[in-house]
Amino acid sequence: MSIVTAPPQGAAADPSTLRTSPLAPISWRAPIIYGVLALLTFVAFGVLPAGGRFTTFTFSTGTDLFAIAPVRVPSKSAAIALTLIALAVAVLSFVTTRLRRRIGPWLPALFGVVEVAALLTWAVAGKSNPLPVTGLLAGSLFLATPLVFGSLSGLLCERSGIINIAIEGQLLAGAFLAAVVGTLTQNAYVGLIAAPIAGVLVALLLILFSIRYRVDQIIVGVVLNVLVVGVTSYLFSTVMKDNAATWNSPPRLATLSIPILAKIPILGPVLFQQNVLVYLMYVVVAVLQIMLFRSRWGLRMRSVGEHPLAADTVGIKVNRTRIRNTMLGGAVAGLGGAFFTVAAGLAFGKEMTGGKGYIALAAMILGRWSPKGALAAALLFGFSDNLQVVLGIIGTPIPSQIMLMTPYAVTIFAVAGLVGRVRAPASEGIPYVK
Amino acid sequence: MKLELRGITKRFGSLVANDHIDLVVEPGEIHALLGENGAGKSTLMNVLYGLYDPDEGQVLIDDAPVTFAGPGDAMAAGIGMVHQHFMLVPVFTVAENVVLGHEPVRGARMIDLPRARRLVREISDRFGFDVDPDALIENLPVGAQQRVEIIKALSRDANVLILDEPTAVLTPQETDELIGIMRQLKAAGTSIVFITHKLREVRAVADVITVIRRGKVVGSAPPSAPETELASLMVGRSVDLGVTKKPAEPGEPALRVAGLSVIDHAGVLQLDDVTFEVARGEILAVAGVQGNGQTELAGAILGLQKPVAGSVLLDGTELVGAGVRDTLRAGVGYIPEDRSDDGIIASFSVAENLILDVHDRPPFARGISLDPATVEASATQRVDEYDVRLTSVQDPISTLSGGNQQKVVLAREMSRPLRLLIASQPTRGLDVGSIEFVHRRIIAERDVGTPVLLISTELDEVLAVADRILVLYRGRIVGIVPQKTDRDVLGLMLAGVPLEEAQVQAAEHHTALGAADIIATQEERS
Repeated sequence: MSIVTAPPQGAAADPSTLRTSPLAPISWRAPIIYGVLALLTFVAFGVLPAGGRFTTFTFSTGTDLFAIAPVRVPSKSAAIALTLIALAVAVLSFVTTRLRRRIGPWLPALFGVVEVAALLTWAVAGKSNPLPVTGLLAGSLFLATPLVFGSLSGLLCERSGIINIAIEGQLLAGAFLAAVVGTLTQNAYVGLIAAPIAGVLVALLLILFSIRYRVDQIIVGVVLNVLVVGVTSYLFSTVMKDNAATWNSPPRLATLSIPILAKIPILGPVLFQQNVLVYLMYVVVAVLQIMLFRSRWGLRMRSVGEHPLAADTVGIKVNRTRIRNTMLGGAVAGLGGAFFTVAAGLAFGKEMTGGKGYIALAAMILGRWSPKGALAAALLFGFSDNLQVVLGIIGTPIPSQIMLMTPYAVTIFAVAGLVGRVRAPASEGIPYVK
Repeated sequence: MKLELRGITKRFGSLVANDHIDLVVEPGEIHALLGENGAGKSTLMNVLYGLYDPDEGQVLIDDAPVTFAGPGDAMAAGIGMVHQHFMLVPVFTVAENVVLGHEPVRGARMIDLPRARRLVREISDRFGFDVDPDALIENLPVGAQQRVEIIKALSRDANVLILDEPTAVLTPQETDELIGIMRQLKAAGTSIVFITHKLREVRAVADVITVIRRGKVVGSAPPSAPETELASLMVGRSVDLGVTKKPAEPGEPALRVAGLSVIDHAGVLQLDDVTFEVARGEILAVAGVQGNGQTELAGAILGLQKPVAGSVLLDGTELVGAGVRDTLRAGVGYIPEDRSDDGIIASFSVAENLILDVHDRPPFARGISLDPATVEASATQRVDEYDVRLTSVQDPISTLSGGNQQKVVLAREMSRPLRLLIASQPTRGLDVGSIEFVHRRIIAERDVGTPVLLISTELDEVLAVADRILVLYRGRIVGIVPQKTDRDVLGLMLAGVPLEEAQVQAAEHHTALGAADIIATQEERS
């Protein structure tokens, strides 16, 4: 027996025929931003500075298989050349916008690279110290580590429908416990293992209030951050400060060079001369990227974050899924917290995470709730953080206060300007009640 | 598989949603569960599907009692359900949705997507569905989404399939296809429980009809029972199925919409160069399947959405660019399609809801404060006039039934001199009595000379109330036709087929419901 009628003509809706009207207003935001920035930098870095100075970039470290010679360029001409490329990008963006064509993410990436290169050429012009490119990149990756773990934690929770604002608190708790346990055992690795436990404890509170008592998840998260700051600061002042040798002098995680790989010029020192926490980060990002989109666990978790009732009607336990993933998220953020103490080789200090948890949240959004996107966004923020450090050491014409502001300014610009239209998991923040 | 419900009772607080319901579904039968909105049909099926625990009673499968802790147990027992609101994740593909919860896996619990695709294709081919396993759900039309839901249930070897109001979102032709699918499933031995309040469909497809009213089974009937008998059983009194109205006496055109285009925030053209007129004393119905630009049309006229092109002239005054408040004060009454979100403020009292649009003007406002006595007095008067059943006008409006809430909306929007009435889905989710009331009020408004724009996805409502019918498809006008147009022709137009072609196609092939119509007409005559 066949179906009674064939579908009437025109009834089969083809999504590709959803027309984008010629009437739709064109958004000129991107080309205007590119154009203004390119012009400003062309004038500031290329036209205005006096000529005759040189900028030196170094690429090699002592352990490389072969050395790359330092690059010495005339500052003015190099800056002009680089900003002209940026201007070309702006023109290309203008043309494609006008033609209503979309271009891939390589365009903003190219723009960013040439603009940063122009900035560096100008900032280091005439200095006796060369700019160590490899060191700048290695430091960026290192500083990005807590941001990567933090945003992975956020996306694990949000993909299953729980908003985790408590990343900051989980990082801080992880940093605290790693320091204490690392000091007590005099073993940085034991401290590293302890850190996730602290993150899970904070996550359990988040679960209790958001799933059991259905309190607004954003408020709970903020309150938990304040709570962790309070508890760790109290313990720091009453116990750790006066007795630092017993409680707060954690050993540092050793830098592990991976044989052969570590000797590749530029890439080796950046990627393969790091400590175990950074290597763990590579593994966690890769595993989550695959598991989230291809495994049964990932499919069920995303279904719970998007349409919990649909998940329930096919027999998936919604709240159990959310609880497990929020705990996992807490563990990941706690592990990231170990960065601040045992990985960086620092003693625990009050509020030492300094808002990195919130920047991690921004990285998660900028990375569109995907692990590889979160990694890329966190690297951007890590780079801007380290740039400020490196330029501070070399000495630049830019006031230090402005330099300190860089990572936060980049965060705001990135989230406000680059994100565009993103879609959060549809049911995040909404408690599931049958 | 034989399915039996015995003495099922489900209470929500003091409300008894199901009161000792007995129901037997024999193997391979299409069993219609007929009842008004709010009669307790969906509650019963949610009990059967393990979403609710019954307070009393038993479910038996092949005469053996079973208990379901959750939908997983019900599915394992061979019960599948297609919910009224589809249980599909919009950002997942068809294959992902079908296998969700019983995923084929390989290796480290990675989803075996090729197998999932094969599963979808196999069932899809068996029943002649045309479904691409890799399409995203959000890009599919509702008819196709429903087929995905059926595939989902069948992929779990459902022997009993519950269809909860499956035709609510379909065009007549899609409904016809669904009826074909139901017959196919029946032939393959699947039992079907078909929940609906539409008499016509029940008669076209059911083997047995059980009627539910206020949570109780009030009787059963064979499908040959006349519509009026089924209707009175369902409502509890004899009802007049038709709407009585005088022929329209249209005056000069009052609302002139010209070249109106709306683009949504995602950049998609939702309303494309729409031009029409509504005369004084006439009801122009805008027919279309949900999501074909109706919301944007109402929004653009009212000023909720800014059109990218076009003009809206009401008695010669341009409304485009005027704010919502100015538009309302120019004499536009608006009954919004989503009553609970846009029509009322649930936690406000009935009296407060009645003055939402005029709270800042005398006599209700005195300086910066409200005059509670005037507000209450006016509310009491309107509540009487519109026959709203309540205990006090100071009660929150959320304590009222849907029908009474809608009467409050009508009272607010229609108890002032109007120059245009826009009624968007005015009877959605209402019981038969309230539907009659709303229709009478709208026709009365027309009879005093107000132009009326009725937006409805219910073809029955459009045919009953309209004087002329405008069909929208993907934001464009397919045609404007007289009220006497054939149902099958309109059904094809709802799917975007132009009038002439629709007439040819409809003449060649009548749908099951269209045929049922013809038979019903012949019965009436004889």
